[in-house]
Amino acid sequence: MARRATPEVNAGSMADIAFLLLIFFLVTTTIEKDSGIGRQLPPKEPPTDEQVKIKEKNLFIVNVNREDQLLVEEKLMDLKDLRQAAIEFLDNGGAPAGSPEYCDYCKGSRNPESSDNPDKAVISVQNDRLTSYKMYIAVQNELVAAYNYLRDRESQRLYGWKFTEMTKDLDEGKIKGEVAKEQLQEKLQTIQKLFPQKLSEAEPKKSGS
Amino acid sequence: MSKFRKKKSNELPPVSTASLPDIVFMLLFFFMVVTVLRDDNLLVQNKLPKADQVEKLKKDRSVYIYAGKPSARYQESFGTEAKIQIGDKYTDISNIKFALTEARQKLRPELQDKVMVALKVDEETNTGMVTDIKQELRDLNMLKIIYITTPGNELD
Repeated sequence: MARRATPEVNAGSMADIAFLLLIFFLVTTTIEKDSGIGRQLPPKEPPTDEQVKIKEKNLFIVNVNREDQLLVEEKLMDLKDLRQAAIEFLDNGGAPAGSPEYCDYCKGSRNPESSDNPDKAVISVQNDRLTSYKMYIAVQNELVAAYNYLRDRESQRLYGWKFTEMTKDLDEGKIKGEVAKEQLQEKLQTIQKLFPQKLSEAEPKKSGS
Repeated sequence: MSKFRKKKSNELPPVSTASLPDIVFMLLFFFMVVTVLRDDNLLVQNKLPKADQVEKLKKDRSVYIYAGKPSARYQESFGTEAKIQIGDKYTDISNIKFALTEARQKLRPELQDKVMVALKVDEETNTGMVTDIKQELRDLNMLKIIYITTPGNELD
């Protein structure tokens, strides 16, 4: 009879212990979610005499001086106008209809003075050594934004799905199955081919130039 | 019959708290799993620039480079000139290759040739320093880089 009355183990303090641990981990947790602008550096190659010729009209020169001022195509510009200017340049499609360089998906003004097609168009960024990193990133961000805008537009037209959303879904693992993933990769590559990211970076000039 | 009825009382039984530890433990395990204890001790100021056209960093294959002015408590001994930090110590630009190769060896072997360099540079640093780092990276053939930023836009 007495054995039946074995008292239950008191689990009341268990919660306290667990809470203590929980609070410790809550405080020390830093859920880091680093993200940023990705870049592929050009590989180091032995110097060659061969010079790649790019026509003046296919080159979009963005110059940043040490006072963080922007000179775009030899005109002073505000940072907020840079994105639109880059979109207009990339989307211009100046090559005449019928020529092999003709760009049939461009919706720009087809100004013969500006870029022939997005594949030919190169954006060149020149920095001063004393340009602030903040400005440098802001310029890069605007230029990537211009590319993303155009890629989104083409992607929407061809697949009814925005380019940036596709990459995001792929990154977050929302796409299930190998086949679906490969198909999506293929679509991304098609879009990238329509608007290849051609950002060139000149070696920064010595300060004061 | 009355013998059995006696046991039933009209009082409400107390709410059992026995499952409370289980719930708390569940939360505990969640936080234990997601916790990353900071492995690098920041020696430089690190206010990142803002950008919104970003991609995610793949953490398992990245090497961090920090750059910026020394933090306030180190300024007495190291001055206010911008410095580079890899791992837990300041690194000179000429020594960067050695430090990076060392950092790369800490990654998993199958990912070592897919290495990505994450640049965490303070927004007030000069671009010249970043260019110097990039030149060294090209020499090392570590060509995939990512400029770590915080969400937002410089225009706002």
